[in-house]
Amino acid sequence: MTEPASEPRAVARIPVQTASPRASIVPRESIAGRALTFVVAIMAFLASLTVGVVAIVSETASQWRSDIAREVTIQIRLFEDVEMDKAIRDAGRIALEFDGVAKVTAVDEAAVSRLLEPWLGSGLAIDELPVPRLLTVTLDNGAAPNFAAMRQRLEAEVPGASLDDHRAWIARLNNMAWAMVLVATAIFAMVMAATVLNVVFATRGAMAANRDVVEVLHFVGADVAFIASQFQRHFLVLGLAGAAAGGAGAAALFIALGFWSSARSATPDGDQVSALFGTFSVGPAGYAGIVVLVALIAGVTALTSRLTVNQHVRMLETARSGAV
Amino acid sequence: MSHEPQDMIRFENVGLRYGFGPEILSDLTFRIAPNSFQFLTGPSGAGKTSLLRLMLLSLRPSRGLVTIFGKDAARIRRTEMPFIRRQLGVVFQDFRLLDHLTTYQNVALPLRVQGRDEASYRTDVIELLKWVGLGERIHVLPPVLSGGEKQRAAIARALINQPDVLLADEPTGNVDPPLARRLLRLFIELNRSGTSVVIATHDLGLMDQFDARRLVLNQGRLQIYD
Ligand SMILES: Nc1ncnc2c1ncn2[C@@H]1O[C@H](COP(=O)(O)OP(=O)(O)OP(=O)(O)O)[C@@H](O)[C@H]1O
Ligand SMILES: [Mg+2]
Repeated sequence: MTEPASEPRAVARIPVQTASPRASIVPRESIAGRALTFVVAIMAFLASLTVGVVAIVSETASQWRSDIAREVTIQIRLFEDVEMDKAIRDAGRIALEFDGVAKVTAVDEAAVSRLLEPWLGSGLAIDELPVPRLLTVTLDNGAAPNFAAMRQRLEAEVPGASLDDHRAWIARLNNMAWAMVLVATAIFAMVMAATVLNVVFATRGAMAANRDVVEVLHFVGADVAFIASQFQRHFLVLGLAGAAAGGAGAAALFIALGFWSSARSATPDGDQVSALFGTFSVGPAGYAGIVVLVALIAGVTALTSRLTVNQHVRMLETARSGAV
Repeated sequence: MSHEPQDMIRFENVGLRYGFGPEILSDLTFRIAPNSFQFLTGPSGAGKTSLLRLMLLSLRPSRGLVTIFGKDAARIRRTEMPFIRRQLGVVFQDFRLLDHLTTYQNVALPLRVQGRDEASYRTDVIELLKWVGLGERIHVLPPVLSGGEKQRAAIARALINQPDVLLADEPTGNVDPPLARRLLRLFIELNRSGTSVVIATHDLGLMDQFDARRLVLNQGRLQIYD
């Protein structure tokens, strides 16, 4: 299609912006794109944070669970006429008889008094207090001995002995982890709803700005799907750009937090932080989740704009009554 | 065309009012036969544009029956509408070209919305543009075109799909008499190739050049001079 520009009239000399043969029917500039991209980016960032938090929480909780589950504790309270050393030996022997028990270690008196020091102060003569003694029972990896039988025998044969398999702790941990996941899911749902509403408004704005275009398309025989796709393509690009920016921002934040926490875990209070939160590592699953999320948000953006256009064009059709 | 001379468009006792205003068109009964040529005329404000809008289904009548291609307009399903519009070529009084698309893209639009491949129609579009005298303005955006050039682009867009019916609203309103004559010849030629043509105009000079049926609107009523 090369036309000799031999038109002698002055207008031909005006530098004319010539569009490509497949120029967008809905001009890109007519869509309030920058603001929407920004909003989508923020929404994607927030949604990615919730995904990351869920990843951290579930990772940390399962780590805790496996740590805690690898150990159970036997506690022996002091009884008047019981010889503590013998009780400890008996309890250890009984525990070792069960399958899956790797070893039993008695927590010695010095260690017990160290454990109690923050509450009772130093320089205590532990013998003078009725402090219970502890035995740590380490289990083989993944083993689950018959705790009920173990508890029964201990209580029958060793006076004052009780078995704590940390079940209450694990249950509480599970509850906490679930609560966090629920909260994160609720926030995620709200963020998605806000994104959808934003796209609806932006699409309506774009339709209003392109009212003439929609009308002409209508008259030249475009169907609803065609008109919608003209808008949708912009919103898909827009949604992808915004969501990718937001997701990348969140990923960068998680990487930075990971570095920060691994640098700090060398220090004593860093230890406490990582004991509580693990190492802030989102892990491959978390990053994969963010990528999926970016695609999801872009898709939701495009789909929302499509549905909005469909609805609007239908309104146009039904509005062609005499009362226009 | 069809085996039996079915009317392209038929109006029966059609009335139109905007909102709660007075009836600006009353008791219109007429038909647009296949392969027919007619002028629609009447003083400014008589309702020519409104009547054309009724014919292209962008308005619903307040009363009466509009039939298009044998179908009751009130019963046409929304999904059918695009296919009906593709059989109607329309030249609007205000052109309605898209300012961000070139002349070529504007004229190709009716084909593009059908999802057709550009290669399949490129030469047709360029040929038609040359035929209406816009061969040199193919890649120009409408704001740069003169009024007459816009008019010809709008006409080309209406013709590109070889519609069964052409509805043209003042298609010679912005051009000088020689060009108006040329455009009229274009419409006549189109009519010879099988399209029913309705030209709304109040240009008596134009109507005198071609002996055709006249639909005259006056004070909301229609008189027909065959
Ligand atoms: N959308 C509308 N709402 C209300 N009234 C309208 C509308 N469009 C047209 N009218 C009125 O209907 C009457 C007919 O208008 P119409 O545009 O059909 O006339 P016309 O014959 O095409 O005039 P012209 O020759 O000036 O183009 C006029 O009185 C006009 O004010
Ligand atoms: Mg008019």
